[in-house]
Amino acid sequence: MIESTPDSERIARAPTPRELRADRAFKWATRICATLSGVLVALIVILITRQAMPAILKYGPHFVVSKKWDAGKGQFGILPEIFGTLVSSAMGVGAAGVFGVATAVFLTEEFIPRWLENALQSVITLLAAIPSVVYGLWGIFVVIPALRPPCNWLHSHFGWFPLFSTPLLSVGLLPASLVLMIMILPTVTAISRDAIAAVDPLLREAAFGMGATRWETILGVTLPASRRGIYGSLVLGLGRAMGETMALAMLVGSANVISPSLFSPADTLAALLANKFPEAASPLDLGALMYAALVLSALTLLVNVAGELVMRQRVTRGAAVSTMEPTK
Amino acid sequence: MTQLASNFVGARAPAKPDLDLLERSLRRPRTLFSFCSSVLCAMLALLAAVPLFSVLLMLIWRGAARLGPALFTQLPPAAGMPGGGIGNAIVGTVLVVALGSALSIPIGLLVGIYLAEVNPDGRLASIVRFCAKLLTGLPSILAGVFAYSTVVLLTGRFSPLAGGVALGILMLPIITLTTEEALRSVDSEMRDAAIGMGATQSEVVVDILLPTALPGVLTGILLALARGAGETAPLLFTMTFSDYWLSRHVMEPTASLAVLIFNFSKSPFDNQKQFAWAASLVLVVIVLIFTVGGQILSRRAAKLSGAIHS
Repeated sequence: MIESTPDSERIARAPTPRELRADRAFKWATRICATLSGVLVALIVILITRQAMPAILKYGPHFVVSKKWDAGKGQFGILPEIFGTLVSSAMGVGAAGVFGVATAVFLTEEFIPRWLENALQSVITLLAAIPSVVYGLWGIFVVIPALRPPCNWLHSHFGWFPLFSTPLLSVGLLPASLVLMIMILPTVTAISRDAIAAVDPLLREAAFGMGATRWETILGVTLPASRRGIYGSLVLGLGRAMGETMALAMLVGSANVISPSLFSPADTLAALLANKFPEAASPLDLGALMYAALVLSALTLLVNVAGELVMRQRVTRGAAVSTMEPTK
Repeated sequence: MTQLASNFVGARAPAKPDLDLLERSLRRPRTLFSFCSSVLCAMLALLAAVPLFSVLLMLIWRGAARLGPALFTQLPPAAGMPGGGIGNAIVGTVLVVALGSALSIPIGLLVGIYLAEVNPDGRLASIVRFCAKLLTGLPSILAGVFAYSTVVLLTGRFSPLAGGVALGILMLPIITLTTEEALRSVDSEMRDAAIGMGATQSEVVVDILLPTALPGVLTGILLALARGAGETAPLLFTMTFSDYWLSRHVMEPTASLAVLIFNFSKSPFDNQKQFAWAASLVLVVIVLIFTVGGQILSRRAAKLSGAIHS
């Protein structure tokens, strides 16, 4: 029999009414904050839409397909910006996919000793820590000077080819996409690395057991088994690339043109906002920029929701696979 | 089973083992392919690490030229003028990140607690979690647009407060999601023991879970600080820039390191370009301290929870 001493009374006892009240208040506080953070996304979209209303009413859908941006004449269109956003992010994601998945494979498939894996992993993580504006500065002073000679050689020898039809003067689509690639590489690497590491080791061992070489295993078993995670990483990388602002504002050239050339200056939605917002004067100017912001948020929301859904599907599939495992 | 297998093997003609098949020579196409793929993969992975070193080298080479006490105590140079510093930009960055943290840390912690403890499986929780993930993907410039259309238009001026709201929105989902994860990783026996002693749920969270999960929670806060300090785009039209020290009247355009880098990167003057690099060096050092600190803490948190589980 346990005797109730004053000491144990103090350690274990039922909560007092005051504690219960505090508990309820605390829970309500968390609930209110959760609701607040939940409506934040909706609030952002609603507020931007409200600000964009004058421009939406005036230009309607024509805004999205028009090529002119002339604040003086009150003509606004963002087709070149949409083009630039899609092309630069597609190029960035394509390149980041190649490098990122290769790095993820290199980090998970026991090519190098553990400490080297950790070191390379830290380097890739630190890539994500460098602020965007520093990448922009680096792009101006390192990437562009390095790219200019080979690009201009390509232009002067293969200028008939549409992709090389303009010289690389300073800023342009190619340096911007290259820096963009570096910026989303950590995202792609981290998520695909997790996906590859999550592949059931039994699958891998079975492939080795049947005599597959390391790369036959990787290409035939590991990568297909983790493909959802890899797709997810690419889609989330695409979302990040489309919203990336500073490096592009500094490197893409803010030129309102649609050119097939990789070396031509271009513009993106986010860069347009960064460059034009500080000098927006009239409410219509501002409305047009808000309209562009609305298009940008619609694009990124769409891509990010798609990315989340792909990742979620992977989780449920993964759960299905693990329940299929034989139980002993 | 073994009987069956031996029968199966026995049914075949006595095979002479083809030892050539075991050879791993590059003359065999399969081995050659595997080898070439490995080399290609290693090259891609190592190439991916080059930019970081290039950025760091440039920062040290170009940025260190300006390091000195004047960098921290003087105002940015006007066009074509010699000398100067980035003191006001450092003050501005510290102020705006502090404001962003003051807004996002308490709310982020409470939301994280709600998601992990109060009602983890509810409908609200799954909506909030989804929104937090969407917010992590929110282009930073849109956070700026939001802060502009709320704080700047309401108060009628650019101010560190507007910048702080924008940064707070970007920091909030990081803190929320890492807090949730850190709280979830606490051993449920500790939770049960505390409840068994008669503690209320909020007492469990405040006295047991938060202290135990502190390394994980701090990691999230440090990552959020790193993100906030490095952001430029939302500050361009919430806080803009100023060539002067912050006055006592705080609601006014204010300088920040990130915007200073952006402005001076386009400058034709060598002196201003040098300051862009020096400011980048300072900014990267600040961000790296937060990031590396966060990584060390999260490694410690992983080790800690591993020790508890074993």
